[in-house]
Amino acid sequence: MTDQWPILSTLTFLPLFGALLILVIKDEGEAAKRNIRNVALLTSLFVFVLTLIMWAGFDKNNPGFQWREQIDWLGKGLGYHLGVDGLSVLFVVLAAFLMPFAILASRYSVKERLKEYMVAFLILETTIIGAFCALNALLFYIFFEGSLIPIFLIIGVWGGPHRAAAALKFFLYTLLGSLLMLVGLMAIYWQVGTLDIPVLLSYHFPVTMQIWLWLAFFASFAVKLPMFPVHTWLPDTYVQAPTAGTLMLSGILLKFGGYGFLRFSLPMFPLASAKFAPLIFVLSVIAVIYMSLIALVQKDMKRLIAYSSVAHIGYVTMGIFAANIEAVEGAVFQMLSHGLVAPALFLSVGMLYERMRTGEISAYGGLVNNMPKFAAVFMIFTMANIGLPGTTGFIGEFLTLIGTFREHSWIALFAATGIILSAAYMLYLYRYIIFGSLSRESLKSLLDLSTREKCLLYPLAGLIIFFGIYPAPLLNMLHGSVELLVNNYQQALANSNAIFAK
Amino acid sequence: MHMDIMAQFMLILPELLLAAGIVVLMLIGAFSGERSYTVITVLAIGVMIAAVIMLITLPLQGTAFGTALICDAFGRFMKIMALTAAFIVLIMSVGAARAGKFDKFEFPVLVLLSCLGMLLMISAGNMLSLYLGLELHSLALYVMAALDRDNARSAEAGLKYFILGSLASGLLLYGISLLYGYSGGHIDFTGLSQVLRKDPPQLGLIFGLVFVLAGLAFKISAVPFHMWTPDVYEGAPTPISAFFATAAKIAAVAVIVRLVIMCFGAAAPVAGSMPAWQQIIVFIALASMFLGAFAGIAQRNIKRLMAYSSITHIGYILVGLAAGTIIGVTSVLLYLLIYAVIMLGCFAFILAMNTESGPVEKIDDLAGLSRTNPFMAGAMSLFMFSLAGIPPLSGFFGKWYVFSAAVQAHFVVLAVAGMIAAVIAAFYYLRIVKIMWVDEPKGRFLAMPKELQLVLWLSGLFTLFYFLAGIWFLPWAETAAKSLF
Repeated sequence: MTDQWPILSTLTFLPLFGALLILVIKDEGEAAKRNIRNVALLTSLFVFVLTLIMWAGFDKNNPGFQWREQIDWLGKGLGYHLGVDGLSVLFVVLAAFLMPFAILASRYSVKERLKEYMVAFLILETTIIGAFCALNALLFYIFFEGSLIPIFLIIGVWGGPHRAAAALKFFLYTLLGSLLMLVGLMAIYWQVGTLDIPVLLSYHFPVTMQIWLWLAFFASFAVKLPMFPVHTWLPDTYVQAPTAGTLMLSGILLKFGGYGFLRFSLPMFPLASAKFAPLIFVLSVIAVIYMSLIALVQKDMKRLIAYSSVAHIGYVTMGIFAANIEAVEGAVFQMLSHGLVAPALFLSVGMLYERMRTGEISAYGGLVNNMPKFAAVFMIFTMANIGLPGTTGFIGEFLTLIGTFREHSWIALFAATGIILSAAYMLYLYRYIIFGSLSRESLKSLLDLSTREKCLLYPLAGLIIFFGIYPAPLLNMLHGSVELLVNNYQQALANSNAIFAK
Repeated sequence: MHMDIMAQFMLILPELLLAAGIVVLMLIGAFSGERSYTVITVLAIGVMIAAVIMLITLPLQGTAFGTALICDAFGRFMKIMALTAAFIVLIMSVGAARAGKFDKFEFPVLVLLSCLGMLLMISAGNMLSLYLGLELHSLALYVMAALDRDNARSAEAGLKYFILGSLASGLLLYGISLLYGYSGGHIDFTGLSQVLRKDPPQLGLIFGLVFVLAGLAFKISAVPFHMWTPDVYEGAPTPISAFFATAAKIAAVAVIVRLVIMCFGAAAPVAGSMPAWQQIIVFIALASMFLGAFAGIAQRNIKRLMAYSSITHIGYILVGLAAGTIIGVTSVLLYLLIYAVIMLGCFAFILAMNTESGPVEKIDDLAGLSRTNPFMAGAMSLFMFSLAGIPPLSGFFGKWYVFSAAVQAHFVVLAVAGMIAAVIAAFYYLRIVKIMWVDEPKGRFLAMPKELQLVLWLSGLFTLFYFLAGIWFLPWAETAAKSLF
């Protein structure tokens, strides 16, 4: 299919074009700032519309890669190869969907160095979309790792008071993980002679090699996702990053980890995955329970949501390595749901922060009296985070739990307690900041949502409910590719068992 | 082997051109005195460019004067790189030489002399021509380090470099004499390699090999022979440090690569493990990567920081060499190219760190540079991310080449260790980015001279767009590497 328009390359590099346009705007005065904001917003909206076109043209009955583009690049086996399948297409859409929110969210909060800020965000969008479209492992790595540069600057320049330390910690932490993956990629390259993902997917690695490679990739993805116990960078980073940065990090950047497990670890190293699955289950359950308990004692809203975010990622890892169709579909759906809910929560909290300049839970109370609209949408997000039926959170958690239950009922039992705990901390948060009497003087003058803020929160709330009631459009997209993945995985395990049985 | 004498002279035409240039320029300088600095610099740059053009257009191959000089693709690649780096450094040095009052005509002549030494040592085919080339190169460097003679730090740097350098030369010469004696009178690389192939290896030969490698490790500033590097980088005038970091480094690496591959590469394994040379290279690679990474963290002076950074990067280069394969040597060549371009950019940046009250060297002087001078800060951030090996910048591809060569040769542990060192070193690169972008501005730098701007632009573009253009360098490097095997 060489005659079609290379839509994935367009999607990937269009934001860069927008960044170039912004760079040539002379940064002086309000008019220039308005132009910069508009160019960034329009670029990101345009990319989003393009992803919708791509989504519409996506054949959900074809479990393989679509919209493929392939050119020679860095030599044998290191080509420029793009394509999407059911696993990645929705992440591309999600990334493009979240970007306008990030840009709109920083409309007033970012006043200094606006130009660099928008350029950094657009470069970030390029790296994110590129990573999800890449069908060459080296290309994936380049986008995956390249995203560190813009996000480092976003946190470091426009973050909170301890931003420099947080940015460094985040950068070095993830760098260590991904460099180990890089060694893994080198080993694969010399073993197979190519880093082309479709080729690697059909290659059978020797068992010992699978184990080492699995560990190398695990180092990278576990830090990125993050899993317990390598999550310690996350609370600091989330709290210090500007709201839009947290939005992108929690909404889409972390999904690199889960996507990586699905794209590399599970299909390429099935035997090692089966071997290490118990480890993953234990870590996931610890993440769900322990992080929820930590969230319960937080005094800062952003921190509470950050820990809650790690807890919810526990379901994702558990679902992926339970490796049956329900569980994997649930894991992907949970990532997508988390990609809506976590940004929504961080945006809401960011709006409160912009009004009061504090994240302390104790500084708030009784907001329902003068911010009823905020209270209503925040209720929806709270419920989605708890996993109440009728929201996307329920679908993801329910599917992963029944999928896991089929494999290991005890694991599912422990993981299910996380739902109760999440209800505890989310309701506690909601009760303290929304309900009660409006006793503080400083809170009385707070205004309800502005039009811009409604534009940010209402679509998210609408989608959370819509896909919570009618998840079929998303699940149908996933189904073919997940089925293929799981069947191949089971087949590989059966083959190796047959060999041992002989 | 017996070519007629004219053909042999044809092979060393670039060297002859440089030698003639040196004599003529020295005469011009001697007759027209101190004022001739500009003329001589321009002429010296012209001579070097002419030599580069000659190397590109005359792809002659062969050996000249017995085994003394080898002209091959590897040598050409290295010579072109070293000479190009040298004349760019000379272009960058004009402003600093004026400001630092060492704008004497001897400076460009010394650079030429050192370049002649580099060319000779790059094509050396036996131990004697290697030693002579190296000494010619080093003697010029000793003087250059102390060129700013009224400055105590510069004099100290020169003296330190001279004393330690002489010690290293002594070690090298002693090693050569051991090899000569125990091999039964061989000084040429091919002859020695045949003797070294015998199993079990003779103890005397191994001693000789260790001494030779120790002497060369000094020249490339690999741990544990790196002590001079920070002091000399810091003390010597900045353009001279740039020369040390680029041209001199390229030549020294060329020597060690040629010697290891052509001469020691065939050596039998010691006691069932790796061959002796490989054990040494692996050890100094590991030691260099980690020492450079840890020691750099404590540095506040940007030139010292660059010195430690260069020690780390020599470690990476040696990882590629340790593989001992064609892929490994290719990776070393590409890494050197990428690294040298970044270093030229970094030193153009350091040369432009001028305030109203004179040049500054502290990394804290860069505070808030992204506001006061976005172009400089942007370029420097690119270099720092690239040195840290973050894709899609050129440094990432350098890392990819050397470490994947090591993995291919089953040095996986070495590669993993190198990655860990890279994360540690990333801390100080990121700190510079942080200082430029996060901290509040303290002062302003003076406007950048045109020539430095040009160098900064070129190396910045190279660093940024290597992922598009890099593929063109790969076949050259491969041809060059193959010519050694």
